[in-house]
Amino acid sequence: MEQVPLAHLLILSSALFFLGIYGFFTRRNMITMLMSVELILNSVNINFIAFNKYLFPNQLEGIFFTLFIIAVAAAEVSLAIAIIINLFRKFNTVDVEEVDTMKF
Amino acid sequence: MTLDNIVLLIPLLPLLSFLLLGLAGKHISVRFSGVIGSVILGASLVLALITAYDYFFAIGKQGGEFIPYLTAQLNWLPFNSDLSINLGLVLDPISVMMLLVVTFVSTMVHVYSLGYMKGEERYTTYYAYLGLFTFTMLGLVLSTNIFQMYIFWELVGVSSYLLIGFYFSRPSAVAAAKKAFIVTRFADLGFLIGILMLGYGAHSYDFFTLIDRLSHPGSSYLVAMTGASFLGMSTLTWALILVFIGGAGKSAMFPFHIWLPDAMEGPTPISALIHAATMVVAGVYLVARLFPIFAVGAPDALTVVGYVGAFTALFAATIACTQTDIKKVLAYSTISQIGFMLFALGVAGWGPGKTEGFTAGMFHLFTHASFKALLFLGAGSIIHAVHSNEMKDMGGLRKSMPITHITFLLAALAISGIPPFAGFFSKEAIFSAAEQSNPIIYWVGLIAGTLTAFYIFRLYFMIFWHKTPDAHAHNHEKGEWAMMIPMMLLAVGAVFGGFIPFGDFISATGKPLELPIELSHIILPVGLGVLSIVAAAILYRKESDVPQRIVNALGGFYRAAYRKFYIDEIYLFITKKIVFKLMGRPSAWFDRNVVDGTVQKTGSLTIALSHAIKRVQSGKLQAYTMYFFGGVLLLVVLLLYKFA
Repeated sequence: MEQVPLAHLLILSSALFFLGIYGFFTRRNMITMLMSVELILNSVNINFIAFNKYLFPNQLEGIFFTLFIIAVAAAEVSLAIAIIINLFRKFNTVDVEEVDTMKF
Repeated sequence: MTLDNIVLLIPLLPLLSFLLLGLAGKHISVRFSGVIGSVILGASLVLALITAYDYFFAIGKQGGEFIPYLTAQLNWLPFNSDLSINLGLVLDPISVMMLLVVTFVSTMVHVYSLGYMKGEERYTTYYAYLGLFTFTMLGLVLSTNIFQMYIFWELVGVSSYLLIGFYFSRPSAVAAAKKAFIVTRFADLGFLIGILMLGYGAHSYDFFTLIDRLSHPGSSYLVAMTGASFLGMSTLTWALILVFIGGAGKSAMFPFHIWLPDAMEGPTPISALIHAATMVVAGVYLVARLFPIFAVGAPDALTVVGYVGAFTALFAATIACTQTDIKKVLAYSTISQIGFMLFALGVAGWGPGKTEGFTAGMFHLFTHASFKALLFLGAGSIIHAVHSNEMKDMGGLRKSMPITHITFLLAALAISGIPPFAGFFSKEAIFSAAEQSNPIIYWVGLIAGTLTAFYIFRLYFMIFWHKTPDAHAHNHEKGEWAMMIPMMLLAVGAVFGGFIPFGDFISATGKPLELPIELSHIILPVGLGVLSIVAAAILYRKESDVPQRIVNALGGFYRAAYRKFYIDEIYLFITKKIVFKLMGRPSAWFDRNVVDGTVQKTGSLTIALSHAIKRVQSGKLQAYTMYFFGGVLLLVVLLLYKFA
């Protein structure tokens, strides 16, 4: 079976990464921004898996890293959701532009 | 109880009195606090007498000479294997003599104050301070180590400060206390440097090790310290002169004498104890302690001591003739008498027949303590009755204060050197020592001695004669036994103190020394003394205008002496015009503009900077992420640029 070349996987992960960045900068809804962050994290996961598989096929570090990142991302999401809920209680909106009272 | 314990108890009892009255004073009835202090001091006096008896007649003498007896030795601060600061107590002829003087005068003053300070607001505190002073003074005289002495030296300064400023509601008392502390502290700087130089040169701070290493010709330490010279004088000479500066500060020698007359702001018994009999002779004691080093290692320093002493003796006696405040007269008299003691030490030397001055100086210290304390206590009793320090408010008091009159007269005769009172013997010894070695000092001392008799009898006649006694005046002394008994006891010392064969006990070498009294030497000083007493009697026994005419004839000289030769003004000129203006102002400017300026400019610069960049902190989450991402991109570009 012919393997997908590494470059294709890297292009995929880069596309996902910049999609995430774009979403993070342009969306005003905080939930959507959170989803964009997940995209960024997953693009990183793809990178780890791809490099592990193609460059060091006898090792497992890349896969473990991916598992770590998934766990950390889950924790991060629960925290972020808690913050967003609290912000919503205080400001009655999830629009990030409205939440700007913490400044000079 | 062994002698070691007794010696340790002598200074600790007054400390106990201080702690008891100072800490628990509020719980002790005012009626008892003075009695407690006096009883404790009395116990200390008894122990001192036992110690003196033991030392002089039992343990002190070995092979015909007195040797130091050390006890309570403690290795306190070891710096390295051969240099350490030790604590300890020493008994030798001069320290035992000082023990007697301090405990005796202090006990007398404690008892006297029962009457004099009765009804004072801070009566208990006063006794606590007295205990503190006595403790520190005893610690000073018993020190085996020059550093230990320095510690107690500063502590007596503190207790003197506390007692001068006892009436702290009077601004003049506060100023006097500060002046006394600052002037002596300033002089003590010299003392400290001197101590460090001696320690550096001799690798020890212990008195007897120092003496051992620096007073034997040929000793390697002595050779090293006399070999190196600075500005024409050897290191040892400089060290001893610096030590003497400390002594001169405490003993109110010219030019550090300015604090003592002002110190008369304190209660009069304090003037008797601290500023006449004990603390002010600490400088004399210090020179006597180091005498072998002075005499063998640095005769130049000893000459300086002699000239400073002689000049101060004459200078202060001149001022004393013009003052009108009785305590000021006595203060200048004290300065003058301490000058006598110091020039007696200064004219002494090392070797057979030359050490007479040492014994004479110590003898004068001893007799002076009793008659000068008596004069002050007499003055206190007069002030207590008249409620004024000025001579013009007195006069004719001989009928209403008979005991004060008699004791004051005895003390005045003693200080004038009239035989057979105590001062005669010690002064003759001083004159005889001075005549043998230094004619200039001898003649200066003789003039000062003549003036002494004049000013003290001027004082006596102004107080007790001068005006016709008020026939109906009531007796001021009735019921004041607490004040009269100490005066009578001190009068015994002033009258009979001279008959003690002083040379048998105290000499520079420890061997007995005969103090010769020859008729040919006596005639001149005693004759001059009698003449000046007669002159004082003629001028001041009755009210007349002759003294005023003499004052007018003397003109400027009298005014200068009356204003204390403008020494205070010179000090003020130097401090205010020179030190403050030329050094204080520029350094204040430097501090305000450069030191403070740096600090304040840093602060205001930070504030301006944060104002400038605070807009970045917008609160917009996505803006922050933009900055962050921009930074990451920048890093990526940089890395690519570097590695590709």
